[in-house]
Amino acid sequence: MEKSGRTMLAKIWDQHVIARMSEDTDLLHVDRHLLHDLGGSRGLLDLKTRGLSVHNPELTFATPDHAISTARGRAGTIKIGQELLASLRTETSASGIRMFDIDEPGQGIVHVIGPELGLSLPGCLIVCGDSHTCTHGGLGALAFGIGSSELTHVLATQALIQRRPKTMRVRFEGKLPLGVTAKDMILALIGHVGAAGGTGHAVEYAGSAIRELPIEGRLTICNLSIELGAKMGMVAPDQKTFEYLSGRPYAPQGEMWEQAVKAWRELPSDADAVFDQEVVIDVTKIIPQVTWGISPEHVIGVDGRIPDPHAIDDPARRAAIETALDYMGLKPGALIAGTPVDWVFIGSCTNSRLSDLRAAAEVARGRKVAPGVRAWIVPGSETVKRDAVAEGLDKLFTEAGFEWREPGCSMCLAANGETVGPGQRSVSTSNRNFVGRQGPRARTHLASPASAAAAAIAGAIADVRSMER
Amino acid sequence: MPKPFNKLTAVAAPIMRSNIDTDVIIRIERLVGNSVRGTLGKWAFGALRYSPDGSENPEFILNREPYRQAEILVTGPNFGCGSSREGAVWSLQEMGIRAVIGSSFGDIFFANCFQNGILPIVVDKKVVDGLAAEIEITQGAGRVAIDLEAQTITSPAGNTLRFEIDPRRRDGLLQGLDEVMLTLKRDDDIRAFQAADRAARPWIHFAGKSA
Repeated sequence: MEKSGRTMLAKIWDQHVIARMSEDTDLLHVDRHLLHDLGGSRGLLDLKTRGLSVHNPELTFATPDHAISTARGRAGTIKIGQELLASLRTETSASGIRMFDIDEPGQGIVHVIGPELGLSLPGCLIVCGDSHTCTHGGLGALAFGIGSSELTHVLATQALIQRRPKTMRVRFEGKLPLGVTAKDMILALIGHVGAAGGTGHAVEYAGSAIRELPIEGRLTICNLSIELGAKMGMVAPDQKTFEYLSGRPYAPQGEMWEQAVKAWRELPSDADAVFDQEVVIDVTKIIPQVTWGISPEHVIGVDGRIPDPHAIDDPARRAAIETALDYMGLKPGALIAGTPVDWVFIGSCTNSRLSDLRAAAEVARGRKVAPGVRAWIVPGSETVKRDAVAEGLDKLFTEAGFEWREPGCSMCLAANGETVGPGQRSVSTSNRNFVGRQGPRARTHLASPASAAAAAIAGAIADVRSMER
Repeated sequence: MPKPFNKLTAVAAPIMRSNIDTDVIIRIERLVGNSVRGTLGKWAFGALRYSPDGSENPEFILNREPYRQAEILVTGPNFGCGSSREGAVWSLQEMGIRAVIGSSFGDIFFANCFQNGILPIVVDKKVVDGLAAEIEITQGAGRVAIDLEAQTITSPAGNTLRFEIDPRRRDGLLQGLDEVMLTLKRDDDIRAFQAADRAARPWIHFAGKSA
């Protein structure tokens, strides 16, 4: 093995190779397998049908998040959601898998609780039947989403066959302007490279702006890797990472902690590591971002104008913009700011952590949600909820006219029946503005928590920089 | 266990829009539940296939003859991006699709295809566009032929071109191999790895002990 010129991806990958399957494909060990209510019990039942058992229940963790109601008392959980929850309880219990249940610290969106509990660690290989598993890369983990068949494979073998991806490094350089957040950085990148810019790649985010970002911001950045096509995204672990993890329930302690940190310090890419692709983004030029279309690559600065298809020569691109504007009900050439909104959703595995809620609260404090707008705050986990309540954020939001909810995925993907109505317009802190994502014919604009709060107050897409104090 | 795939000659339908995500292929509410398989074919591409009143949208290609019989999709760039939901592949399979040909696919969707015996073929965008144009000229009457063992596609006009595929993936599809059972044959390797790793990285294996 070479001692220099290696990427972090190569270092972590090589530590997990159980067997080489072909020149570029390996059987990899899975360190953490996270299950949720939408696919967890299905996988466990599938395994049972095949007469197999869970290979390593102690490396498998579960929580309900997708299909449960986020109303107080979980009122209105759809029937099938209740069945999935019951089934997740039964099947995890039968297999000896730790499940973090409703109302218990540890319950929440899988990609919020993994880091929060210290289950997700640097150098760790983490999978989950959910594409936003890339989130955990913010701690220096190699984490990615898998399908149902692969999920069953991991349950049965604690291993997965994977082809080694190509590598891409994105360096965010410079000092982030006031009012601009991690969400704006990653949306700007997706606008720059496109929704397929990272396909087939593992992305490493680097540069001075990444080093400056707190861990929760890094998790947001990595969360949207899949929206640029990359199923894995990661940030090198550093002192901030170690401080974030220290003392968390499942993080190592004492002597084992020292041993782990020593190993984690070896993980960052060598200075002379070569990547298949390099992208540099000057963050000083980024302003708050908002999407206008039906792909995260349809994104502009909040001071920008909605694209005009007539100005586009390429017929395929022109048609794509026409389709998007037709769906979104937007006028070509108009300023995006000032577009009236019906819904604001602050939550999801992208932006539902304490720092996200604080950023939204800072905008909402002493103000009122505009008449006619429904604005929801859905904390990412039971722990986030309790911490926010301890700071009085629930009260602040409620007084400002927001609805304070229970933790879960909620309106990000509307699997639990919580939807934005047909033709209604939402500003959402989630990750996908796809056709029908938040409900049939719902129109979604992605933005940061601060920008979403600003939209709730203004009743329209707004530049949060004009509202900051 | 996936059905083996070897040769296929079939109607192919071009769906050329870029970035068709798996939410568009199958809406999430169709996938909530443990017994959704077998119910999904009619919901594939729901937002494109049906009007808001539930009637078929006559403009959508898979609602037109002969494309209703399509077993191959010819797709725009980044088809199957987004969510990891394997239900997207199940829904295509349940409506009779056995192969997809495009210039790029969402990484997770691509892997999910192989798990279900569906062949995803990556070829140059020019080739995809040419194939779509030939299909449209014959209004779908011209069949597309795929030979996995020979790694060739034959276009409606009779042009044969070669495609590349990971040999391990190809053999898996040809034989309809069950990856879980294959990996379990290596269980000694897995256990040996874990034994060594418990010493090297104990914090991975004893996480629950401290909590």
